[in-house]
Parts: sequence; structure tokens; C-alpha cells
Amino acid sequence: MAQTTSFNLNGKPVRVTADPGRMLVWVLRHNLGLTGTKVGCGAGLCGACTVLVDGEPTLSCSTPLSEVAGKSVLTVEGLAKDGALHPVQRAFQEHHAFQCGYCTSGMMLSAYALLQKRPRATRAEIMAHLEGHLCRCGSHMRIVAAVEAAGKDMGGAL
Amino acid sequence: MKRRDFLKATGVTGLFILFRAPALAAPQLVPTRPADYPTDFNAYLRIGADGRVGCFVGKVEMGQGNMTALAMVAAEELDVPLERVDMLMGDTDLCPWDGGTGGSLSIWQFGPVLRGAAAEARAVLLVMAGEHFQLPPDRLEVKAGVVYVKGDGSRQVAYGQLVQGRRIERHLADVKPKPVSAYTLVGKPAPRKDALEKVTGNARYSADLALPGTLHACIVRPPAHGTTLKSADTSAAERMPGVRVVRDGNLVAVLHEFPDQAHKALALVKASFEGAPMALDDRTIYRHLAEKTGKVGVQEGDLKAAEARSATLVSLDYLNAYVAHAAIEPHSAVAQWKDGRMTVWAGTQAPFRVKAQVAEALKLPAQQVRIITPHIGGAFGGKAAGPQAVEAARLAMKAGAPVQVVWDRREEFFLDTFRPAAVVKIRSGLDQAGRITFWDCQVCGTSDREADIGYDLPAKRFSSTGDGGDIGTTRAGLHPFGTGAWRAPAANTNVFARESHMDVLAAKAKVDPLAFRLRHLTDPRVIRVLEAAAAKFGWVGAVAPSGRGMGVACGAWRGTIVAAMAEVAVDRGTGAVRVKRVVLAQDMGLVINPDGARQQMEGAITMGLGYALSEGIRFKDGRILDENFDSYQIPRFSWLPAIETVLVDNPGLQAQSGGEPPIVCMGAVLANAIHDAVGARVLELPMTPERILEAMKKS
Repeated sequence: MAQTTSFNLNGKPVRVTADPGRMLVWVLRHNLGLTGTKVGCGAGLCGACTVLVDGEPTLSCSTPLSEVAGKSVLTVEGLAKDGALHPVQRAFQEHHAFQCGYCTSGMMLSAYALLQKRPRATRAEIMAHLEGHLCRCGSHMRIVAAVEAAGKDMGGAL
Repeated sequence: MKRRDFLKATGVTGLFILFRAPALAAPQLVPTRPADYPTDFNAYLRIGADGRVGCFVGKVEMGQGNMTALAMVAAEELDVPLERVDMLMGDTDLCPWDGGTGGSLSIWQFGPVLRGAAAEARAVLLVMAGEHFQLPPDRLEVKAGVVYVKGDGSRQVAYGQLVQGRRIERHLADVKPKPVSAYTLVGKPAPRKDALEKVTGNARYSADLALPGTLHACIVRPPAHGTTLKSADTSAAERMPGVRVVRDGNLVAVLHEFPDQAHKALALVKASFEGAPMALDDRTIYRHLAEKTGKVGVQEGDLKAAEARSATLVSLDYLNAYVAHAAIEPHSAVAQWKDGRMTVWAGTQAPFRVKAQVAEALKLPAQQVRIITPHIGGAFGGKAAGPQAVEAARLAMKAGAPVQVVWDRREEFFLDTFRPAAVVKIRSGLDQAGRITFWDCQVCGTSDREADIGYDLPAKRFSSTGDGGDIGTTRAGLHPFGTGAWRAPAANTNVFARESHMDVLAAKAKVDPLAFRLRHLTDPRVIRVLEAAAAKFGWVGAVAPSGRGMGVACGAWRGTIVAAMAEVAVDRGTGAVRVKRVVLAQDMGLVINPDGARQQMEGAITMGLGYALSEGIRFKDGRILDENFDSYQIPRFSWLPAIETVLVDNPGLQAQSGGEPPIVCMGAVLANAIHDAVGARVLELPMTPERILEAMKKS
């Protein structure tokens, strides 16, 4: 049954009245109208729905609303600050690290989480970190290059 | 690269002098302008009072980058900056007719149409500017959308001022487009026009539409192909709060404001089905297909005589599995019936075709239907039609509310129009000197498109189960479920077979596989592309298997020539393949956007690893056993080889195709590299570790 759940979304407190068992992706897309988070496989197998919960990449198609109560959720809509793209977004834009763009939100959020912790992440670390994200267009090569560039931009340059 | 440098790089000088490429001819493949495209340039271009150019195109952007490339074509011809062109694509009310986005046709077919329209618009604008200045147009020049009087920079008028937001009523006949030598934008890498919206999450896909009161529909599906719905007891679902059931003939759906509730309601429906699926599975399918003899398309030379004079005969069958499109965005549509019109927002490659389908399903005149195509999250041929749009429209009509249909991943795998499984039988011979004597190729399950790249074959025959179409799968009883276009339809099948077989023959002849190809080639474009790939790769000729794990293959698609070289490592214990490096050279004629072309090449190499190594639909008695990405493995980051792309310069040839050609070599180049590594010839795609081990045992 519906109940009210509070959490922090992209830096602002929100209260959602919904079934606490509803998966976060539906809450974001249908209760809150934030459609940048995508549904790909519905079973936690493709990474398209990835958001950050307290900074950790989380599959929102498999995470019930109740699990984010009191936590901080970051979606693609929260990456840019005051109209300025985050370095990860800028790098994806400049490297054309996407084609259809459907997996891009999840990719960028995972990359963001990695670079927050390890801005000097190596190519191998980036690839291992993104292994759960599927991209059918085959933009992998550019995505790795973009994440490397974003890391440098975020202060990870040696 | 100069020829001398190339020879140095390959280290096989003597060989190339013998088989020297003839001077480059200038083959011209000029697409005829399809009669159904409007002739009035106003259908494609509108110039706003602010000088921005609206470009209206019936093709769609699904990631392949035609939005940017077509904008470049318009901007170049009009002499306006690229960032001032606004693309509006795939809206059947606002855009001119188009037959559909597929077959790598955006530039090949529609490019010349748009270029012609822009050239005429620019010429008309110059006439208007001439009247403005009281000067003949040849005294004027255009820079960045502003017309200047030559030699007098102070006298200028912008396009926007000339047109003042009105429709241009004038026309000029026989306007010649700009010569390629005058291009300043086309041919240079350009920023994608869809980049900002895609990195901010603002790009809207069909499922992102939020019309007030939208109901999400889940449709009752049969469990197996060949069965249909007999009855559906929806009483338990209907007792769920907020659930509605809509029935329209055999279309039964449960609807709810929230998708998750609709999915829960669907699980409560008790349905029964009738009908008999074809008793086939992913192993028995090949015998079934191999029995279906086809029609002879091409026959030249005396096969019997050529066979009789052959020193060696080689006959092999090449198999490939059904492959899913597996775009990450599922088929999605939202339909709304309002004021006597049905509007459907749908992820489709062919909005005008879907418009006709929806009109027919609803028995509406076509003008009462509008299809709007938002961004598409990948398609690859899988969204060539719009069944989900028809479903949404039928349900919206009955429900009296906007209805959203988004297939879940199980529906995606079940309802997909797979790339057809196929058996390609090749009989061939070699003479004493190691030249091919004949080539007899029978394609079962698909068409023989791209089965022949023009190797010098004294006698040859190509037959296929194709009925003249591109895919050749329409014959009743051929396939147990829907098949369709999959990125370069039939070519992946046929290039895998042909280029694998070339390596088999090269090994029999004890000749380096690149040299063996060049020995049988006369087409200067194919030769040049192979040489470009070899130079980049650093190909050193050797008879396979050399143990180095290097392979070569070449192919063609819609006027574009490609050649791939790859290096692999094979784990002899497990049969696992690691693709270390892939080089792909491509002659696509004039290149509109080199960066866009490279994106397609890189993407095709990466995607192609899947059909080559892991992807094959498992099925039994009409049931699709792969239902998600756990068992159906598509390429991941850990598979990524080093990728190098070479665009072979050929601006004298009109722009050819870009989306599909770079994927056609992937099966063969890896099969050949695997053979070179371990001496095992794998004749079936995908080349799973088990099949590689099996082939190693046999070799």
C-alpha cells in the first residue's frame, strides 16, 4: 500500500507517496517525471537504469523505493550544476561517447562514481568498472576514452 | 599512402608487382531520385527570420548519426554554419515522405535529394538578393548565410532578412550543386547535433512521453511461435485497483497508470492458446533449411568443365544462427486519439510505413494518422516496422485514453525479427597453379546478396531461397518465426561464408590469404581497400595456419568497400577467443562526416564481435529460450579489442553507405584469425569456445 518515503534527489529533498515496493526507476520516471533514467532489460542485466545511491552505482530497476529512504539519489538530471555540464558529461559530448544515447545516463553515472573515488583510474579499471553496462551501438572505445579524459579534467592528471 | 610505402610496410614486394592494381577508374553509382520525394525544396528547408534553417527529413536518427551528416549536407550547400541548421526528423505531418531508414540509405539515397533542394534554395536566395541589390547574382557571394556584394563588404543582406520567415514561392530548374572541391564543411569531422541532449538526459525517447492520463498496457502474448490466443480469463486482473482490460479481437491487454502495476495484472491473466509450433530447434534448423533449395540468380561459365579440370575440390557448408537485434531501448510507443486524429509517438525506422499500418488497422484515412518519431535507442533493422505502434493505437482507440506500449525484454526477444539462420553451401575447385576454377554457392535461408564480390571465377553459380527481396525469407515454412533485416541483411551470412572459404582455398593452395585474394581480384577499389588495411595492420604474408592468429576478409555493401584484418589469441584449453586488434579500411566514396563514419566503423566492429563469437538464439518448438541478457551475451567492455579505422580517400565517387558495411567482415575475419592461430576451421557462427574446441579436435 502507498506510503510516504523521503529521500534526497539531485540535492533536493523529495517526498513520494507510493508503494514502497515500487522499483526506483518507476518512481523516478512516473511519480517524479524524471525520464533521463532508462529501462533496458528490467532485470538488472544491462545497466541502463543505473543511478547513484549515496554515491554507489545502483540498478534502479531492481531497487525498491523503500531502500532509498533517507538516502541521496543522483540521476543524470543532477549531473550538471547551474547549467554547466559536469566534466563527465562534457567528455562524453566531446568524444561522441554514445550513438543512440540510451545507455548513456547509466554509463555516465557509473563513470562519475568511479572518478569521484579514483580520478586517476586506469583504462583497465574503467573497463572493469563499466563491465555491467551494455551498449549495443558499440561506443565502448569512445566511452573509455571519455572517462579517461573526464578523470584528467577532474584533477586526476598526474 | 604511396604505393612504395605500402610495399615497404608489407614486406612482400615481389608479390604485389605481379598483381599490381590497375589505375583507379571512377565508377559512378548514381542513385535515382525516388519519384515519391517531393520536388519542392520548401518541403525540406525553411529559413527563419532569425536566419536559422529548419531542415525537415522523413528519415530518423537512431544513433547512426544521419541527423548530423544530413545537416552538414544542407549547411554546405546553403553556405550556412552547421550550428544554425535545426533538424526535424520522422514526423509524418511535418516531414516529406520517406520510405524508411535502413539499408544505409540516408546519405546514399536521400543525400542527393537534400543537396539538390539546398542548391536550388541557395540559387533562389541569390536571385532574391540580386533584386535587393539591383545586381546580377554572379556579382554576389554567400558567407555564413549572409549575401555580400563581391568586393564591397559593406553591402550585405542575410538569408533571414530576404525571406522574412515566409515560404519561398520561386523555383529554378537545373541548379548545379557545389563541386566537391568547393566544400568547406563536408569532409571534416563535425560535432554531433544530438550530443547535448543525450548527455543531459534531455533526449526524449518514445517511452519518455508523459501525456496526462496515459495508461501503460501489457499485452497477453502466446508462449510459442505458431500458437495464438484462444481465451483469456482476466477476472483476477480486473479486481486489481486501477486496472482496465481492453480487448480488440485477439489483442488483449491489461492497462494501468503505472507500468509495474500493469505487469502485476498481466501475471494474473489466465490464458489458453491454440495452434502447433514448427517442431524445430536451434540444431535441427540447419537440416530443415538445407533442404530448401532455391532459385539460381547468377550462372556464368561451364561449371562441369571447370570441375573436371580442377586439381582440388573443396566443398563446405557454412552455418549461422538466428541473431537478435537487441537494441537497449525496447520497442515503445504512445498513442493518443484526439480531435478525430490518431497520433502515435513511436520508435520506428519507418514512420511513413507505420502511418499506413496504423491507418489500416484502425480503418482510418491516412490523413487522420500522424506518426512522430522521437529519439530511437538503437534499431539495427529491428524497428523496420512498428507493431508496437499499431498495438498502442488499437488500444488507445478502445480505451479512450492515451496508451503506452513498451515491450519488456522477454517480448523483445520473442517478437524480434531475427537475422535469419542460414546454411551456405559452397562447392569449389582449384587448378594446379592455385587458381580458383569454379564457385558454386547455394544460400539456404536467406538471399545471396553480397555473396559475390567479383573475384575472378571462370565458372560460377549463385542460388538462394530469396525471392528477389533483400533478405529472402518470405517463403512460407522457411523459418519458424519472424525474420528480418539485421544490419547489412544477408551480407553477414554471405561474407562469412565466402571469405572463410577463400581462406580454406588459400591454405590448400599454400598461399598467403591476402595474396590469394589479390590474385583473384580485378576491382581496383577492392584491391586498394585491402592494401590500405594491410598497410595499417602491418600484414606480413604467410600461409595459414601460421600460429600468429591473424586474419583478413573483405566485403561490400551498397557501394562501399571494406576490408578487415584481425589478430586473436585462442586459449587451447578452453577454446576462448580474445580479439586483440581489428583494423578496418573502408572506401565509402565521398565522406560527409569522417568522425561519424568512424563511429559507425568502431561500433560495427564491436557489435560484430557478438554475432561472430557469442550470439545465437536458442529455441525449441516455437519457444525462444533466450529471454534476456543473462543467457544472450552481447559484447561488453572486456571484449574490446584495439580498433583502428582507415577511411580510404575517394572523393570523386559520390557518397555511398556507412551504417552497415563495416560489420559484414566480422564473422570471416575472426574465423580466419582463429584458424591462423590454432589451425581449426570453424564453420558455424557464433564461434563459441565449445565449437572452437570441437574444430580443434577435428583439425
